[in-house]
Order: sequence, then C-alpha cells, then structure tokens
Amino acid sequence: MTESAPQTLQRRAIALVSGGLDSMLAVKVMQEQGIHVEGVNFFTGFCVEGHTHAIRKKDKDKNKRNNALWVAEQLGIKLHIVDISEEYKDVVLNPKHGYGANLNPCLDCKIFMVNKATLMLNKARELAGEKGFDFIITGEVVGQRPKSQRKETMPIISRESGADDRLLRPLSAKNLPETLPEREGWVDRGQLHDFSGRNRKPQMALAKRFGLDDFAQPAGGCCFLTDESYSRKLADLWQARNERRYELDDIMLLKVGRHIRPAPHYKLIISREEGENRFLEGYRYQFTSITTSSCPGPLALIDGKLASDDELRQAAAIVARYSKGRTDDEVVVEVRDPGGVVRQLPVRPATPDQVSPEWMV
Amino acid sequence: MSHHELDARRLLCPMPVIKTQNQVNALRQGDTLTVICTDPGALNDIPAWCRINGHTVLETREEGHEVRVTLEIGEPSIAL
Ligand code: SF4
Repeated sequence: MTESAPQTLQRRAIALVSGGLDSMLAVKVMQEQGIHVEGVNFFTGFCVEGHTHAIRKKDKDKNKRNNALWVAEQLGIKLHIVDISEEYKDVVLNPKHGYGANLNPCLDCKIFMVNKATLMLNKARELAGEKGFDFIITGEVVGQRPKSQRKETMPIISRESGADDRLLRPLSAKNLPETLPEREGWVDRGQLHDFSGRNRKPQMALAKRFGLDDFAQPAGGCCFLTDESYSRKLADLWQARNERRYELDDIMLLKVGRHIRPAPHYKLIISREEGENRFLEGYRYQFTSITTSSCPGPLALIDGKLASDDELRQAAAIVARYSKGRTDDEVVVEVRDPGGVVRQLPVRPATPDQVSPEWMV
Repeated sequence: MSHHELDARRLLCPMPVIKTQNQVNALRQGDTLTVICTDPGALNDIPAWCRINGHTVLETREEGHEVRVTLEIGEPSIAL
C-alpha cells in the first residue's frame, strides 16, 4: 500500500465453520490479512457436536462444549448457527453426486452449505450494503477427502453453489484458479497457501505458528454420516420402513443406546447408562417404553408396532437381559404406552443365546 | 425494554442456541431473555454464544433437570 492510499474499506468474509482445525486456520489466514470474518455453522441433525457428549454421562466432564462455538470464541468472530435440518433431508436422501464411503453425501453437502452461505451473503448485501459481506471462505484442502475435496470437485462446488469466484479456500488457494477477492486485491494471493493431500503436517505447522494447540480433529469428517455404524443404523431404518425418509427425532435416536431389531417391524432402543436414560425418557410420550420395576435396569423404547403379546414378552425379556436382574428367574417390567397407560409384566430375562447377534443394528 | 422467556426444554444442543439466536434477533438492545433448557450442554453453549455475539449473561441457574440462562441483549448484528 502506498502512503497516499485512501483509507480502504475493510472487506468482510463469511466463513463456514465446522469446529475443526481447517476452518479455524482458514479464518486465521484471513484475519492476518485484515479481513473481517464472521462464521456460519450449519446444523444438519447429524453433527457430532454438543448434545452427543451431553447425552452420555461418561463424557460429562470432557468436551461438553460445542466445537463451532468454541472455535468462534478462540478466533474472536461472531457465529451464526443455522438450522438446515429440514432442507438437508433432500441432500441426504437424494445426493446428485452420490455418497462417500458411508451414507455421507459430502459433495452435495458442501454445495448445499456454500449455496446457503451465498444466499446469506446476497441477503446481507441487500440489507446492509457495504456492511454486508464480500466473499465466502472454507477450510477445504485439495485432495484431503476422497469424495468432496478433490481438485476436480472444488470448481464443482464453486459453480453449483452459485458462489463462483466469491468462494475462496485460503489453505489451498494457490492450487486453484484466482478468485474475486484475490483479483480485486482484497487479499494477497502470495500469502495464501498451497496445501494439498491428506498429509496434515502443513496444517499442524500453521496451527503452531498461530499458537493454536487445542482443537477438535474429527477423524472421518464433520458428521455422523461418515460413521460406519451410524450409517448402518440409518440404512436399517429405511429398510425397515420400506422407504427412505427420516424425521429429526429418528436421526437423534440413532446416536443413542443399543439398537436391537428382533423382527423387521420393530426395534428396541435400550439405554446404556444414565445420561441416555434421561435422554430416552423425553421420548416416552411418542413411543411405547419398557423399564424394569423389580430391579434397576435400562429404559427401552419400542420403535415400530408389536404384532402380539408374545412379541411384547420377547421384547420385555430382552430388556430384562440388560437389567441388574439378568440372572434372576423373573423380572417385573413396566410397559408404558405413549398415553401413559402402564402395565406390569413378569418375564424371564432372555439368555445370551436368545438374543441373536444378527439383531444388533 | 422488556423481558421475555423462551422454552427450549427437550431440545438438544445446538437447538437451544439456535432458538436463542433467532429470538434475540427479534428483540431489541437492552431487552432481557430467560431461556429454559433441559440439555445441560446449554449451560456452556448459550453463554459462549452470548460472549461471541456481544450479549451479556445476567444469570445461569440449574434447577433440578432444568437449566435457566438469563441474558441481556447487546448491540444487534446483521441477521444472516
Ligand atoms: S462429513 Fe457430513 S457434514 Fe461434512 S461434508 Fe460430509 S456430509 Fe457434510
């Protein structure tokens, strides 16, 4: 900048903040160049954040924080959290570009999120003019993820999201065509990075330079859809219902408890500890539930309809198997329908060989 | 200046934060809001959200299984 340069407008960027290291670094790189950054975090319903930790008691003391909020605070940026869980269903159910290794529609997901950010940018421009935003940044790194972060997919995301050259990836910018903020001189391309591939060393070095040492490092990705066992449970749900659809409650429940499906038309969700117990309790008005009343035991929800009293006894025996009375001759269970009508039922707890491993979802 | 209440019981994080944010966006600077939640995560998340976005937490309280966070709305930001 020359001495006579007029006071220039501080340029503003919206950052997609997942809570992981990469988006954190991308923001830092922009802040270093004097860009004002605000974060946006999307709630899809599949996020690994907060509540999963809150549910499970064993995680009670560690990491109950919401990573995106925590990251925003470390970076000193505002964070807008947006609930996209309803619209996101279409991304999960009908991904135009298909799935990754599990039910993760990463490429469509990225396009969707960047598109959302673009719409937000447009809206803010309309409402606030120059106090709005100029461009979007993400922590994407070329070649980092097999599905969504390949060199060929980067332009697809830019194009199909409608962000076009307003989308900048500070960590990989030098491997990609010049974008609007670089061309306009809002950011100095020379100081951006050329990270690529799965090697995380450059990120680590940069983190160190910025003095960042406490950050979340999600192994597979930012959400449960990259998790194999979670994806299996979701696929099981679709198969059992003979249709691919879900409600927010469904996908929340897939994160909790032991899931056992003794028959195609019903599944038991059995709590594994007190936190899950408390969580499942909130669903007793929507599901028939089973608890043990003659001894301490779990809380179980029945997802689906039982065909007969025999089936109810079978379900009760399975639940009793996970109670303190598992070796007793008889355990009394309490079956409660969603309306609150309660029925006591004495059962003999199922033996291990009466619970087929194949029922475990 | 007025006081408001938000029932976020049975919602899991980050939903209580999102509801808080959306409600705050509809209020004016100086208004106060009490959010009632059952997810204990809200005890961390709502104050963190307030710190980031320039609102003041006046009180956090745990009552049995419920968490109550009272905050005062600061300067408005651009509602994205
Ligand atoms: S891991 Fe999940 S949230 Fe992240 S890009 Fe893939 S589908 Fe989207």
